[in-house]
Amino acid sequence: MNLRRTLLIALPYAWLLALFLVPFGIVLKISLSDMALAIPPYVPTLDITAGWAGLKEFFSQLDFENFVFLTEDDLYWRAYLSSLKIATLSTLITLLVGFPIAYGMSRASDAWRPTLMMLVILPFWTSFLIRVYSWMGILSQQGLLNQFLLWTGLISEPLTILNTNVAVYIGIVYTYLPFMILPIYASLEKLDESLLEAAEDLGCSRLQAFWLVTVPLSRAGVIAGCFLVFIPAIGEFVIPSVLGGSRTLMIGKVLWEEFFSNRDWPVASAVAVVLLLILVVPIILFQRNQQRQREQEQ
Amino acid sequence: MVQHESPTVFAPWEDPEQKPLIRFIDVTKRFGDFTAIENLNLDIYEREFFALLGPSGCGKTTLMRMLAGFEAPTEGTILLDGADIAPVPPNRRAVNMMFQSYALFPHLTVEQNIAFGLKRSKMTKGEIADRVLEMLRLVRLEPFARRKPHQISGGQRQRVALARSLAKAPRLLLLDEPLGALDKKLRQETQFELMDIQEKTGTTFVIVTHDQEEAMTVASRVAVMDHGRLVQVATPDGIYENPNSLYVADFIGEVNIFRGHARALGDNRYEFTWAEGKAPFTAVSERDDIPASGPCSLAIRPEKIAITAERPEGALNAVEGTVLDIAYLGSTSTYHVQLAEGPVIKAQTANNRRISRRSFNWDDRVWLSFTETAGILLPGHE
Repeated sequence: MNLRRTLLIALPYAWLLALFLVPFGIVLKISLSDMALAIPPYVPTLDITAGWAGLKEFFSQLDFENFVFLTEDDLYWRAYLSSLKIATLSTLITLLVGFPIAYGMSRASDAWRPTLMMLVILPFWTSFLIRVYSWMGILSQQGLLNQFLLWTGLISEPLTILNTNVAVYIGIVYTYLPFMILPIYASLEKLDESLLEAAEDLGCSRLQAFWLVTVPLSRAGVIAGCFLVFIPAIGEFVIPSVLGGSRTLMIGKVLWEEFFSNRDWPVASAVAVVLLLILVVPIILFQRNQQRQREQEQ
Repeated sequence: MVQHESPTVFAPWEDPEQKPLIRFIDVTKRFGDFTAIENLNLDIYEREFFALLGPSGCGKTTLMRMLAGFEAPTEGTILLDGADIAPVPPNRRAVNMMFQSYALFPHLTVEQNIAFGLKRSKMTKGEIADRVLEMLRLVRLEPFARRKPHQISGGQRQRVALARSLAKAPRLLLLDEPLGALDKKLRQETQFELMDIQEKTGTTFVIVTHDQEEAMTVASRVAVMDHGRLVQVATPDGIYENPNSLYVADFIGEVNIFRGHARALGDNRYEFTWAEGKAPFTAVSERDDIPASGPCSLAIRPEKIAITAERPEGALNAVEGTVLDIAYLGSTSTYHVQLAEGPVIKAQTANNRRISRRSFNWDDRVWLSFTETAGILLPGHE
């Protein structure tokens, strides 16, 4: 009995250890190393055969040089700031688009709900990469959007959308919209209709009832949705590199370039460690929100 | 019992001078093809505790929701204080509702829940605080003012819902199955509390319930509904002692029903033949719709039937049978007696002796008897 319980608890911990903590340890170690023309492209590497002296030698060569370097070149902190800005703004836009959709879904008749839910989830059935690439066909100068706008006469010159930050926002909002809709929908669906009737009965107009009852009661869903969009959007690499232009600065792209173009693994690792440190804050806040919600439901 | 000769008795429905607070005039409500309320007329008076009683789907909730403003009548008008309420939206009506699920706002404290409606009015902060405290005192919840609804018990939540709906001092308070979620003991206590609060505040209460005992306990008048129509509107004792139909007799409390043939003997007395070859019963009825000779039913409450070992001397109505079953209910026992003619008759006696010394047991031959005024004679067999 006791063994079974230990095993049951040990399993997820072993999983986290093997797939999160160990890789993170490796990345952290590389970030403290120096670049070298070798395979692997960094020194020092641990020589176990040298025993205790080898271990001491290994640790003496680790330093924070790469982290210091990140503060010296303004590219990095500008990339972090720009990523934060893009992630924050696109989270807000996703919320503005997602909330009405989730609200509409929760108000829809029971017969319609599964269909609407299906429509939200359906894009996941296609590869994320293909969906992002297809936006190129929509947003380019000769793309569907420009052709449509030219045809309606709203514009006379094709708009430059592709390879700008606007395209990045469109891409992020499009990609992460379901992650916003689903938690909000889940909290709105649980909302008891009689609460709104009670608010009206007590003198609220429909709009007041929405502000005083619906919005506060969907708060947990809104917070969850915002984090689910914000956290992956900060480190987003594919969308800015496919839809963004040369001037789109995002930390995911910087990371990719350090790693593959410059082959500077130690600096790339340092960038990744700092990114993780930035993300730890919203992740902890997110966890706290989830826990509070669970407690309230009990 | 309502004593009509006493002038202090509350019975505004018998006073033609009184103006009703609420008037339903030829109200019909349809949902698509389904008729929830059919051509209903009803007056409810100020300070009344009015119960709408009926099985689920009888239209009682629809009636209440029309008063609250969540449904509009398809035809007819509803008057509150003599004014048509159809154009008044729910948030402007001097009517508040206590919801069956209580509908307490989970994100607000007990205090904030009670203050919710007051904040929509033009009251100042100080007035609101005073009123909230007054309401908390009324329902004895002062120590719980800062708790959230999920931190208090079901009975306390019920009281918060009541306080919240009373806070705005409505002309009319609607209560939708207010005690449905409470266990029996708490429900009985709360019934008296409700009556107490209703008397203290002088508010007109309309309560919807499917629990006939609850309706009988709290209400000044009860309306029995079925299929969107009012079957009978009367005081609780009127409903119980003088049901106007077999439906009401059967719905309220327990009843034995004999179906047979009545023949007038004059002087409001009738001879009631119910089985071939058996001596007919004699019944008295003041109703004027009993046929001089025609099909009738006789409804008798179990507690009005006496059970004896021998045929009582001089009993007008007596039948013999065998004890089939005894339902022991603590203070009373209900004997199920099988008559030779087929029907099983329920007779109730008070257990004023220890159970080991009770007079009758299973399979005993017994006599059932009742007086000529005990039964209720109703025309027809339905």
